[in-house]
Amino acid sequence: MSDLETFRAETRAWLDKNCPDSIRTPMPEREMPWGGRNAKYPNPDTKIWMDNMASRGWTAPTWPAEYGGGGLSKEENKVLQEELARIKARPALTSFGLWMLGPALLEFASEEQKKKYIGEIVRGEIRWCQGYSEPGAGSDLAGLQTKAEDKGDHYLVNGQKVWTSYADQCDWIFCLVRTDNSVKHDGISFLLIDMDDPGVEARPIKLISGSSPFCETFLTDVKVPKENLVGELNKGWTIAKRLLEHERSMISGMGMGAGAASMGGMEAVAKENFGTDGERIADPSIRSAIADHKMDQQAFGLTMKRASEQAKAGQGMGAAASMFKYYGTEVNKRRFELLLDVMGTQALGWEGEGFDSKELAVTRSWLRSKGNSIEGGTSEVQLNVIAKRVLGLPTA
Amino acid sequence: MAFVLSEEQTMLRDMAKQFFSEQVPVTNLRKLRDDESDDGFDRDVWKQIVELGFAGILIPEDLGGTGFGPMGIGIVMQEAGRTLAASPLYSTAILGAGMIMAAGSESQKKDLLPQVAAGELLLALAIDEANHHNPLNIAMTATKDGGDFVLNGEKRFVIDGHTADKLIVAARTSGTSGDAQGISTFLVDADTAGVSITRTLMVDTRNAANIAFDNVKIPAVALLGGLDAAYPELENVLDMGRVCLSAEMLGGIETVFDTTLTYLKERKQFDAIIGTFQALQHRAAEMFCEVEICQSVVLDALSALEERRNDIPRAASLAKARLSEASRLITNEGVQMHGGIGMTDAVDVGLFLKRARVQAQMLGDANFHRSRYADLGGY
Ligand SMILES: Cc1cc2nc3c(=O)[nH]c(=O)nc-3n(C[C@H](O)[C@H](O)[C@H](O)COP(=O)(O)OP(=O)(O)OC[C@H]3O[C@@H](n4cnc5c(N)ncnc54)[C@H](O)[C@@H]3O)c2cc1C
Repeated sequence: MSDLETFRAETRAWLDKNCPDSIRTPMPEREMPWGGRNAKYPNPDTKIWMDNMASRGWTAPTWPAEYGGGGLSKEENKVLQEELARIKARPALTSFGLWMLGPALLEFASEEQKKKYIGEIVRGEIRWCQGYSEPGAGSDLAGLQTKAEDKGDHYLVNGQKVWTSYADQCDWIFCLVRTDNSVKHDGISFLLIDMDDPGVEARPIKLISGSSPFCETFLTDVKVPKENLVGELNKGWTIAKRLLEHERSMISGMGMGAGAASMGGMEAVAKENFGTDGERIADPSIRSAIADHKMDQQAFGLTMKRASEQAKAGQGMGAAASMFKYYGTEVNKRRFELLLDVMGTQALGWEGEGFDSKELAVTRSWLRSKGNSIEGGTSEVQLNVIAKRVLGLPTA
Repeated sequence: MAFVLSEEQTMLRDMAKQFFSEQVPVTNLRKLRDDESDDGFDRDVWKQIVELGFAGILIPEDLGGTGFGPMGIGIVMQEAGRTLAASPLYSTAILGAGMIMAAGSESQKKDLLPQVAAGELLLALAIDEANHHNPLNIAMTATKDGGDFVLNGEKRFVIDGHTADKLIVAARTSGTSGDAQGISTFLVDADTAGVSITRTLMVDTRNAANIAFDNVKIPAVALLGGLDAAYPELENVLDMGRVCLSAEMLGGIETVFDTTLTYLKERKQFDAIIGTFQALQHRAAEMFCEVEICQSVVLDALSALEERRNDIPRAASLAKARLSEASRLITNEGVQMHGGIGMTDAVDVGLFLKRARVQAQMLGDANFHRSRYADLGGY
C-alpha cells in the first residue's frame, strides 16, 4: 500500500470511531460549530466532534503541527476531505479564526503569538470577529479612523466599528486601527483585542432577513497590551489585504456550497409547480432559466477547480480571489432569485402557518444572499481590483 | 491534470501559435475575401497545415496520422481561431475524419484516412436541412434500389461543401424526421450525377454550401456505419465538432478581448485614457471573468473527449452554449469600446464579430444546447 492509501485506511477507521452519528446528518443553522467561550451546544455531539477533530489538529488540517494544526500535506488533506465527504460529516469547526485570521497570523505573527492564538483557534476555544469596517470607512477601508495611541506599555483604543459579524457572541476581535494620522495606508496597524476588556461594547443590528448576526462595536478607552500588535507598527495594511484575500475566497465558495443543497431540488420543485411535458418542465422559460443557472454553476465550479490545479502546477491565475468573490456571489444571488421564480409565493413567507421550515429558510437565505456581494468588499470593488491589478487599466 | 497542459501539449500550442500568427494572420482571410477566392481557403496554407501534421491529428499513426487526440486538435483550433484562419481542418480533419473513424469499416478507414492525413482528400459533413441545427430532423431519404441506394433531398449550411471531394451525408433509411432510429450515413463523391452544390457566401467569408440530391445513385459500399443506426456515432462526432468549435471560438474571443484591452489603454478622450473610465473598466473586468470561465469549460470538454468520459454530451453542450453567448457579448463589447472605428472594415474586430455569429449557429446555438443540457439533466 502506498503511504496515501495507508493514510486513507487509517483515517477512515479513525473517523468511523470518532465521528458521532448525529454529525453525519444535515446541519441545522443553530448547530453551527462556532466554538468560543460562550458557545452553546444544543447537540452535545457537536462539541465531541470538535474536540475529537481538534485533538488531531484536523479542524485546520494543513496548518503546521507545531502550533496545533494537523500538519497534513495537500494530498493527505484531500484524502481527509474525501473521507469526510464520504460519511457526510458536518464541519467540525466553522470560524473566522480558521478562515481569515489564522492564515494571516501564520504569515505575519511573532512566534509567541502563533503559539498562543493558533492553538486556541484550532481547538475552537476562542471565537474571533473582524473589526475592519467603520461608519465612514467601508469600500474605502483605509479611510478608517479608530485610533490607537501609544501609552508606553499599552495602546489606548477609541473608535467605532460597524457591521462586525457576530461581535455580540465573540471573544476576541482583530481590528484595524489608525496609529498615524499623517498618512493613509501606511498609518494603519493590526491589533488583537479581548472583547472582555473594559470599554468594548457590541450592539446587534437587525438585518432585512430578520436576524441580527452583526453589530456596531464601540471601543472606548480600551487598554490593549503592546504584545497584541501583529506585525510592525503602521504596517497593518499589508496584513489586512492578505486577510481579505482569504475572506474573499471563503465567500466565493458560496457560489457552489451553502445554498447549493436547496438548488438540488429546484428542477423537482419546478416540475411540481409547472407540470411536465414528458420529462421536461412544462414552462419553457423556467426550464431554460434553470438550465442556464446550472450551466453557470458548473462553469464556475470548473473554473475554481482549474485555478486550484493551476496553482498546484505553479501557474497562478492572478487576482483569482477577486474574480471568484465577484462571480461566486453573483451566481449565488441569482440562484435565490431563480428559486423565488420557481417557488412563487411559497418562497415569500415570513413565519407561522402555511409554510414549511424549508420554505421559510429559503426566504431568509434569499435575503441574506444580498449581503454576499457587499461583505468582504463589494462586487464593484472586486471589479475595480480586476480592472486595475489584473488588466492593468490606468487610474484617472 | 485536466486543466494543466502537458509539456507535449504546450509545445504543440507554441508551434500552432507561431504558425498561425506568422503564416495565417487575419490578412490572409481578408485577401481570400478581396480576391473572391473560389476555394475560400489558401491551398498553400493547407499544404503547410498538412506538413505540420494537423490534418491527421485525430488519426492514429498506423493510418498516417499523428495521433495527438482531441486535446491536440482543440489546441490547434484555438490558435487557428485567434487569427480567423480559414482551412478545411474543421470539416475534414475533425468532422470528416471523425465520422470515418467512428463508423467506418476497416477498409474504409484504411482507404480514406491516410488520404485525409496527407491532405489529399477533402471532406464535408452534410446534416442540417433547416435554418437551425437539429441532427434528428432529417427528412432526406436513401432508398434501396437493388444493390444501390438512391438519395433524394436537400442539405443546408454544409461547411466546406463546395470544396469537398467527398460528402458524408446523413439520410433516412427508415422512420420519420425526428427519429434517431433510421438515420444512416453515406460517403458520396461530390461529382456524382444528381448532386448539385451551390456555394453560399456567408457573412464571415468562410465556406458553406447548399446541396441538392436528385435521384443520386450510390453503391451499397458507400454506406458508412450501420444501416438505420448511424445516429449514436454521428452524435459523438458532432460533440467532438462542438467542442473543437468552442475551442476555435475561445481563440477568437481571446483576440478580441486582448485587442480591446490594448485600445482601452491607448485611446484618449476628455484628456484621459478611456481605460480610466470606470464604466469601461467594469465591463472589461466582466469580460475577463467570462474569458476565464470559457477557458475552463473548453478545457474540461476537451479532457472529457480525451479521457472518453461518460459526460461528453453535457460537457460539449456546456461549452458550446457558453462560448456562443460569451462570443456574442465580447464581440459586441469589442465593437462598442472601439467607438466609430470599430464599425469600420479596416479594424479586425468586425471580422471576429461576423465569424462569431456563424460559429454560434454551427452545430447548435446557445438555445439548442441549453435545452439539450436540460434534457440530459432529466428536466
Ligand atoms: C453580511 C455582512 C457581513 C459583514 N461582516 C463584516 C465583518 O464581520 N467585519 C467588518 O469589518 N465588516 C463587515 N461587513 C462590512 C462590509 O465589509 C462593508 O459593508 C463593505 O466593505 C462595503 O462598505 P459600505 O457598507 O460602507 O458601503 P460603501 O462603501 O458606502 O458602498 C456603497 C456603494 O458604493 C459602491 N462603491 C463604493 N466605492 C466604490 C468605487 N470606488 N467604485 C465603484 N463603486 C463603489 C459600493 O460598491 C456600494 O455599491 C459586512 C457586511 C455585510 C453585508
